[in-house]
Amino acid sequence: MSLHKLTAHEAHELLVKKEVSSYELTEAVFKRIDEVEDKVKAFVTITREAALEKAKAVDDKIKAGEQVKPLMGIPMVLKDNMCAQGVKTTCSSKILHNFVPPYNATVVEKLQEAGAIVVGKANMDEFAMGSSTETSAFAQTRNPWNTDCVPGGSSGGSAASVAADQGFYSLGSDTGGSIRQPASFCGVVGLKPTYGRVSRYGLIAFASSLDQIGPFAKDVEDCAQIMNVISGHDFRDSTSADVPVPDYTSFLNQDIKGLRVGIPKEYFVDGMDPEVEKSIRQAIAKLEELGAVCEEATLPHTEYALPVYYLIAPAEASSNLARYDGVRYGYRAEGAEDLLTMYKKSRSEGFGSEVKRRIMLGTYALSSGYYDAYYLKALKVRTLIKQDFDQAFEKFDVLVSPTAPSPAFRFGEKVDDPIQMYLSDIFTMSVNLAGIPGISIPCGLVNGLPVGLQLMGKHFDEGTLLKVAHAFEQSAGYYRNKPNL
Amino acid sequence: MPVQDYEVVIGLEVHSELKTKSKIFCTCTTEFGGDQNTHVCPVCLGLPGVLPVLNKQVVEYAMKAGLALNCKIAEFSKFDRKNYYYPDLPKNYQVSQFDLPIAEHGQIEIDLEDGSTKIIGVTRVHMEEDAGKLVHAGATISQADYSMVDYNRTGVPLIEIVSEPDMRSPEEAKAYLDKVKAILQYTEVSDCKMEEGSLRCDANISLRPWGQKEFGTKTELKNMNSFKALVKALEYEIERQASVLDEGGRIIQETRTWDENRGVTLSMRSKEEAHDYRYFPEPDLVPMVIDQAWVDRVRESLPELPDDRKKRLVAEYGLPEYDAGVITASKDLAEYFDECLKHFKDAKVIANWVMGELLKHLNAGDKDITECPIKPEHLAGLLALIEKGTISGKIAKTVFEGMWETGKTAEKIVEEQGLVQISDEGAIAAIVDQVVTANPQSVEDYKAGKERAIGFLVGQVMKETKGKANPGVVNKLLKERLDR
Amino acid sequence: MITKKDVEHVALLARLELTEEEKEKYTQQLNNILEYADMLKKLDTENIQPTAHPLPINNVFRSDEAKPGVSNEAALANAPSKEEGYFRVPKIV
Repeated sequence: MSLHKLTAHEAHELLVKKEVSSYELTEAVFKRIDEVEDKVKAFVTITREAALEKAKAVDDKIKAGEQVKPLMGIPMVLKDNMCAQGVKTTCSSKILHNFVPPYNATVVEKLQEAGAIVVGKANMDEFAMGSSTETSAFAQTRNPWNTDCVPGGSSGGSAASVAADQGFYSLGSDTGGSIRQPASFCGVVGLKPTYGRVSRYGLIAFASSLDQIGPFAKDVEDCAQIMNVISGHDFRDSTSADVPVPDYTSFLNQDIKGLRVGIPKEYFVDGMDPEVEKSIRQAIAKLEELGAVCEEATLPHTEYALPVYYLIAPAEASSNLARYDGVRYGYRAEGAEDLLTMYKKSRSEGFGSEVKRRIMLGTYALSSGYYDAYYLKALKVRTLIKQDFDQAFEKFDVLVSPTAPSPAFRFGEKVDDPIQMYLSDIFTMSVNLAGIPGISIPCGLVNGLPVGLQLMGKHFDEGTLLKVAHAFEQSAGYYRNKPNL
Repeated sequence: MPVQDYEVVIGLEVHSELKTKSKIFCTCTTEFGGDQNTHVCPVCLGLPGVLPVLNKQVVEYAMKAGLALNCKIAEFSKFDRKNYYYPDLPKNYQVSQFDLPIAEHGQIEIDLEDGSTKIIGVTRVHMEEDAGKLVHAGATISQADYSMVDYNRTGVPLIEIVSEPDMRSPEEAKAYLDKVKAILQYTEVSDCKMEEGSLRCDANISLRPWGQKEFGTKTELKNMNSFKALVKALEYEIERQASVLDEGGRIIQETRTWDENRGVTLSMRSKEEAHDYRYFPEPDLVPMVIDQAWVDRVRESLPELPDDRKKRLVAEYGLPEYDAGVITASKDLAEYFDECLKHFKDAKVIANWVMGELLKHLNAGDKDITECPIKPEHLAGLLALIEKGTISGKIAKTVFEGMWETGKTAEKIVEEQGLVQISDEGAIAAIVDQVVTANPQSVEDYKAGKERAIGFLVGQVMKETKGKANPGVVNKLLKERLDR
Repeated sequence: MITKKDVEHVALLARLELTEEEKEKYTQQLNNILEYADMLKKLDTENIQPTAHPLPINNVFRSDEAKPGVSNEAALANAPSKEEGYFRVPKIV
């Protein structure tokens, strides 16, 4: 039996029936990692011993008669920007190459309470800045569907590990599409929750007002289970919302008859891959078949999302990344005689090119004389983008669009052209600016590469997204596709 | 032109650490001292991934201070990041307030030495986090081979109180700082210990020819660690700016540091860069919305403030304005005074002793009133002994010394040292006889009309009685004896 | 239009040391991105409030309670250079 291929809920059922142990599941995952990691390179750090030990401890609890909770004993993967006490956490950056946090992120605590088994830390774009995982200082993660292609980014390692069955699920973070776009490229389910739904405490910040942690899963049911564990108010994160968390599995297997689905016309633009558009149109037809009412919607300020995003995110990042200076932790350049030289050398040697570009851009946007023209202007246009969604959600329950304008692209194709690279997030970044939830689910293959359908919902209405996603998934069945590795 | 041909313009920025138990954004203790880097946690060390959570007491203290400084409390206030690199700042930005501070548009009345008062505007009060401390491996920062950082103080809550440029002399600046300190102590939001750095003061100063409307170019003075240093630094800077202007030079807008040892201000201008703090709203903290009910609640919690207390002392006890001002300038001193009053009813007599012997001894010993070895009820006891005639005013000073040294009561000192005043006429008459017999020349002088000679004889009687004879009785008996 | 001098100034503010090549590259790329951003100028935002936070959350506080932090050893565990319980930095001026 190929245990690693199971979904988390399937593995859970076997644990409940005592047909399999957590240790066996964990061993199966490590066997799979040993087989395919050379090709995929999804990990920065693998925590084999700690994981197997934890699995044994969980098995002991199960033997002792403890109730098997949904994610208990199931191996999973963390993006390497979430702090786990005693485990190296690098953000795939040289500047944090040796950083070992003395504390746990809130999501890590919640996973521990749930009995999750962490098998390793996933590769990512350096400090989550990128759309292909190519900016990682350590490795190039490959797309399991075609190893000449990128897995997407910035949570490329998290997405690829789930697609390659190197973990039953994973966590990623999404600042402008960093969960949904790699989910789309790797053919898995990826959910970016509402801003404030999941605590950011312990998530190494890229852009604080946009960052949000969310799950990658093999199917929608797993996604709902993970959301049940990681969601909720956290007193350590002042921006986390004190809004009750529903049981997300209650939205599964629900009828979507009469559900109002908006199709924002601005998301179907010239230059989109026609095959991708075809897949999306078919998916919309499927939703109609299931009884949803699909109509054109409008989000008039969509074209401004990219410049707004690329002013706000780098501005916040330029400040968030100021602490990497070689004084308290991380990389310090050798031989600097004075403080200023030490700062400059450590940062220049420690950060990669994309991170430096964004720090430069953000510093400029905040600097005196340009603040009003760039940063403040961007915050105001952000209001307009948010209002677009408010108005659309007066008429619609969810909005649908492609997750990305194309399937996974090849290595090196966009890495030297920032704007081309930034355009691959054009359908996802508005969601972060508005703080609403978005999910990407597989909706077909183009030239052997997965395509993702994005559903966008109202603040704190992840339930409806999961309901639609589950109905679509169960009817269309694309989630059963597996890459050949 | 001599210095007096310029009008001096001074504004102060006062930083005061708030008396909370925990830091502004984390639960570390704010306790002063402690081994280096032991009052720290992931949050105040600025580790990757941590987030700040605002201590509500900081907001309430800032509101309290704002109200006591007669400010308007903001209905909507937020935190911003002030970005600059320095090793005592773990995140390389300071969480502060930029365009929407907690309180604005206040004013206070300051008391000048000639007894007059003046209104000084308070521009704003804002909250921010304190930085850590640097220790230099060398005599000074520039001589050091390297430096070391302690983050214990990082994240201790501060309020910054910015004044209008309303002060016109170093004395006014000192009076302003005195009053701000008194207000912060009365409201119990800060200890205001300059020596521990819980009260710090920077000054902006410029000169302009009398009658000119526009301000001159200002310099910012830092590193004044006492009230005296503030006055000295301002005085030095006035001379310096005046001589630059006299020579036709121009003042450079810059930050200057006060060098206490050399008694000069030195330019801190760095060649590296002009500051560009790139303020922007702190995305990790949410805004504060403060409704009237909250403001009212804090206002109700305000104690009697120095100005009101001063007025009360004048009105209730008939103290002179000046005395009332001195006594109420420190909350602890005013409390001491009030405590004395519970045991002795003549307020003016208490005021004289408090402002005289007591303050003289405190200043000489560089002590705070809270460290005073004489309890207020004991001082009152001493004054009662004088009033009853048990001891003379002169002996009382000796008794005071004894109380200061030993902490004992006046009665105890008087008893131990046998200092009870002798008023018994029989006993004194005998000594008077003795003195008159022993000093025929003085008696003669007196009889020849030299009235002053009696003073010598009184002195001799006092000497014989070790100062314990009641001076009134001695005078009376001597006169009777000589005029016989 | 951003000049190479602007790039040098911004690099100093951000404590980055750039090679000549990087300066050229960033000058060009920052200009491209900001040119793209200039499309925002088309929009009239005179009466629009800025959105700094995506959710309308206010007044999040904690109570004033002190708790022990981390040990000196833990605080310094990741430090590149330390001495006697302090973080050590090269000479400041």
